Amino acid sequence: MSKRIGMEVAIAAAEAVALCRIDVAAVYPITPSTHIAEHLSDIVSNGELDAEFMTVESEHSAMSAIIGASTAGARAFTATGSQGLMYMHEMLPVASAMRLPVVMAIGNRAVSGPLNILNDHGDIMMERDAGWISLFAQNGQEVIDMIIQAFKIAEHRDVMLPVNVSIDGFILTHMVEAMEMPDQEEVDRFLPPFKPFETLHPDQPVSMGAFAGNDIYTEISKSKDMALVNSKKTILQVWKEWKKQFGRSYEPIESYKTDNAEILILTMGSMSETAEIAIDSLRAKGMPVGLLKLKLWRPFPYDELKKAVKGVKVLAVIDRAISYGGSGGPVCGEIRSALYDERNRPAIVNYIIGLGGRDVTPEDFMMIAKAASQAEKKAPKDRYVIYGVRE
Amino acid sequence: MLEIRWHGRGGQGAVTSVELLALAAIGEGKFAQGFPSFGPERRGAPVAAFNRINDRRIKSRAGIYQPDVVAVLDESLIDLVNVVEGLKSKGTLIVNTQKTAKQLAKATGFKGRIGVVDAKGIALKEMGVPIANTTMIGALIKATGAVKLESMKSPIEQRFGRIADRNMNAMTRAYNEIKIS
Repeated sequence: MSKRIGMEVAIAAAEAVALCRIDVAAVYPITPSTHIAEHLSDIVSNGELDAEFMTVESEHSAMSAIIGASTAGARAFTATGSQGLMYMHEMLPVASAMRLPVVMAIGNRAVSGPLNILNDHGDIMMERDAGWISLFAQNGQEVIDMIIQAFKIAEHRDVMLPVNVSIDGFILTHMVEAMEMPDQEEVDRFLPPFKPFETLHPDQPVSMGAFAGNDIYTEISKSKDMALVNSKKTILQVWKEWKKQFGRSYEPIESYKTDNAEILILTMGSMSETAEIAIDSLRAKGMPVGLLKLKLWRPFPYDELKKAVKGVKVLAVIDRAISYGGSGGPVCGEIRSALYDERNRPAIVNYIIGLGGRDVTPEDFMMIAKAASQAEKKAPKDRYVIYGVRE
Repeated sequence: MLEIRWHGRGGQGAVTSVELLALAAIGEGKFAQGFPSFGPERRGAPVAAFNRINDRRIKSRAGIYQPDVVAVLDESLIDLVNVVEGLKSKGTLIVNTQKTAKQLAKATGFKGRIGVVDAKGIALKEMGVPIANTTMIGALIKATGAVKLESMKSPIEQRFGRIADRNMNAMTRAYNEIKIS
């Protein structure tokens, strides 16, 4: 039976990883994901989990090691964020191209420079095109749930792709809160043992990750893209199974008070429930505003987005990262592109908030909703607004 | 919803206090958050840590700017930081001190309810160390009713093992000895 617990979310994440009976973890600890590695290391060294915990010398090695472990048939995990994720970068597209179902928890943190260890989404956005399935958790419960779901999605024979789970650094990783922790029997029932498609073994030599020239690179790239696009079907199926077994529902885009909404705010990660407070308050004053919470970043849920914004007049997209010299917020760039062909698309405004640990409050969302409500009549003069800049 | 801000110095256990208090509240079936002031920490430097305790699920992940309660683990901080900043006028200030509530009102300018307790003295006597974080939880519980004193037992035992009893004794003494204006 699941148990209601109070725990730091990073510790709970490590517990969830252990419940998935991983074979190998390779981690180079980095703030704010450090407690995931520390606690997982404790679990392994206490003998509670029969796994290899590799203390590697860098994040590049951590990712390389779990890639190697996965080719040998191991269920493998790592955790990182920010500079660590960027140092891994070179190996991320290798994991997806080799179709290795490894799982990574990301304690999201701003990237240097300037040096800053606090939260934003600048790190994961730089890995947008690495070919990974990418999930965003809004609270501790979703961190536990998504980590367990991640292994099942990744290892499904129709998917065979790596999955990362974004956990807002400090805001979630360092938060002690109430969660439901499933027990081992429940997780075993949900997540069967990993059956690799092919493994490296000295008795049966195969080549993995071989050179691909101009005669085949395009085809492999297309197959990777197709695999990622097609993975949505399995993700939805796994979420359905999760709801059936654990009662908690997951959708690529979760709606909050969107009935008859004329203005929608779209958020990702831990700011989402804070935004709900603003929606509650504005709805009480009669403002037709609702919230969309994007949980599946890759593969991007185009159909769900189009459905969610039908009949809506203004969509305010909230980004926690900047695509410098480009679309403004990377999420908004995606959404503008996704809705361009729609005949009755809403006016779209983009706010970039919460950079480098800048606090995000319900009042911020109230300001944004009010500003966004003007956009239906008059298009804003800027394509995006970096919100709350001190001048 | 009850919102609490703890002031301490790095190493004095403010973060442990918020964790233990959150766990006690969750153990009672309530909802709670315990979180540090995010960022790098240095031993001895002023730090803050925060609690939210509520009967219903807590949605906000924003910082706490207008706490109902402020608990000060180290009174020397009063000269360094404005510990009563944003504290609600009907809120409560709790200080680890040998001074009186009246003296604290003068030192902080806070006109609301003030609780004083010699948590350092109690901790030294009961545990042999001047670390007052668990002791101060007892004072805070008496002043606010945030959780029941006995709800602290399980988180304290899990955290401190064989020295749990000494922590509980110090906490109970502070619960009994706090003077509230």
